Amino acid sequence: MDYSHIAPLHRAGIVIDLRWLHNFAPMGAVSEPILTVSNLNKTYEGGFQALKAVNLEIAKGEILALLGPNGAGKTTLISTICGIVSPTAGSVRVAGFDIVKDFRRTRSLIGLVPQELTTDSFESVWSTVSFSRGLFGKPPNAAHIEKVLRELSLWDKKDDMIRTLSGGMKRRVLIAKALSHEPSILFLDEPTAGVDVSLRKDMWKIVNDLRASGVTIILTTHYIEEAEEIADRIGVINNGEIILVEEKNNLMQKLGKKQLILELDQALAELPAKLAAYQLELANDGNRLVYTFDNQSNHSGITELLDDLKAAGIVFTDLNTSQSSLEEIFVSLVAESS
Amino acid sequence: MNIYGILAIYKFEMARTKRTLLQSIVAPVITTSLYFIVFGAAIGSRIQQVEGVSYGAFIVPGLIMLNLLTHSISNASFAIYFPKFVGTVYEMLSAPISTLEVVLGYVGAAATKSILLGLIILITASFFIEMRIAHPFIMLAFVVLTAVSFSLLGFILGIWADNFEKLSVVPMLVITPLVFLGGSFYSTDMLPAFWQSISLLNPVLYLVSGLRWSFYEISEVNVWISLISITAFMLACFSVVVMMFKTGYKLRS
Repeated sequence: MDYSHIAPLHRAGIVIDLRWLHNFAPMGAVSEPILTVSNLNKTYEGGFQALKAVNLEIAKGEILALLGPNGAGKTTLISTICGIVSPTAGSVRVAGFDIVKDFRRTRSLIGLVPQELTTDSFESVWSTVSFSRGLFGKPPNAAHIEKVLRELSLWDKKDDMIRTLSGGMKRRVLIAKALSHEPSILFLDEPTAGVDVSLRKDMWKIVNDLRASGVTIILTTHYIEEAEEIADRIGVINNGEIILVEEKNNLMQKLGKKQLILELDQALAELPAKLAAYQLELANDGNRLVYTFDNQSNHSGITELLDDLKAAGIVFTDLNTSQSSLEEIFVSLVAESS
Repeated sequence: MNIYGILAIYKFEMARTKRTLLQSIVAPVITTSLYFIVFGAAIGSRIQQVEGVSYGAFIVPGLIMLNLLTHSISNASFAIYFPKFVGTVYEMLSAPISTLEVVLGYVGAAATKSILLGLIILITASFFIEMRIAHPFIMLAFVVLTAVSFSLLGFILGIWADNFEKLSVVPMLVITPLVFLGGSFYSTDMLPAFWQSISLLNPVLYLVSGLRWSFYEISEVNVWISLISITAFMLACFSVVVMMFKTGYKLRS
């Protein structure tokens, strides 16, 4: 961004804080990270260390899925960034502002949807969402609240008491509350926990629509397919440490094994010696031949293998390839780090 | 300053009262009426005047103080305890709002409700007995300072309590006995000298005495000592609340 036109003002001793402009950088533009977590540590009373020197950068407009088993530190990390948990050491900056010194600016940029369905049972949908907007320091704006409620299919329920709503609807109310003050960053702590399949898909659509409107989204989830479906980047956290943060596609490519599976015409008792150079395994009582190859390499070796199979007189009736899923990658990563 | 945040909390708390109108307004009116029927008419008619004031009129300030203290504490303690209990406190902790603003919202609403209740009792009492208010502004100062101070105390209690029992223990086992033993329904002059001295250790005596002075210009202790004491108590409670928020005591882990 070119700030040269304000240089005379600066020389005259007039300081204009333009850091907030970064919040409006166009989608896809190279921008400073909207969220920077540096060496964040959290040790609870009693000595349990929930976060160990966590470093994380999140770009504006992206969707980051934070995966990790129960007790890995996902909720502690989110709660610390949002101000619910006090950090023991380290710092967090949101749009360039420190979450402790500039808590008013940082918190007004963040919306949080907690994991538990914590709602004021006796309030109406409209009043609870309006309350949240006020609490975050924004003047009343009925048009915005209406827009949020309509987008979340809550408009028909606006006068209903929250206790009369289903679990899925309550989850939407929590999202509406988090969006009531027009945040730039939205934290969704296990948004689809205990939600049925169709509602989960609705939720994914809501997340995608939010991203399209420029909101940066950080979500935690146990459902690997959720991360696979909607995230741009995946972060894996275990025992309070970030094991990796990687572009989803890169991660799948880097760590995903690819396999060629051949269904044989006749079962083999053992592999011919000529094929010993290949990483082959016999499966299904010798009726299936599985070839594992490097997904990143330019040379898969498939052509040579097929030629050698033909030369060895091995005939196959069917073939297909498979790639390991994010779930398999996640499980192996967590197992390694533990 | 997050004015909209303060207003949001204040309105939310006041709306809660509207939903429980029977409990908030009708119940104290009936209770006050019963006090006047029992103490004012039935027993009071057999008691001589106390320091030149009819017994029915004498107990009005004590009755107002009893309600101010207990309701300020219960209003404010419940207001902060309940969000902690159901988990909705996460929103306040993650909002761009300072300690002072949170206190203004919650304590402001709790104190408003108590003050309204005090006025309702005063109006109800006026149907049963003849009374006068010699110093209305001093009376108002006592009512407001007491409501704010004890709402702050209730707020502290609500943060400290981690179960419903703790929430009710202080009003029931501390405040109510202190009010009853603090000269709400009698003058300490009626007590033997030893118990008169002991009564001076009861902080509520200073409040009841001060409020009674604003009505009838009769008091056990100097009215200025009463006013200074309640102001000091209010500042002490506010300091404790600020410390609780600063350290995150029972709010932030």
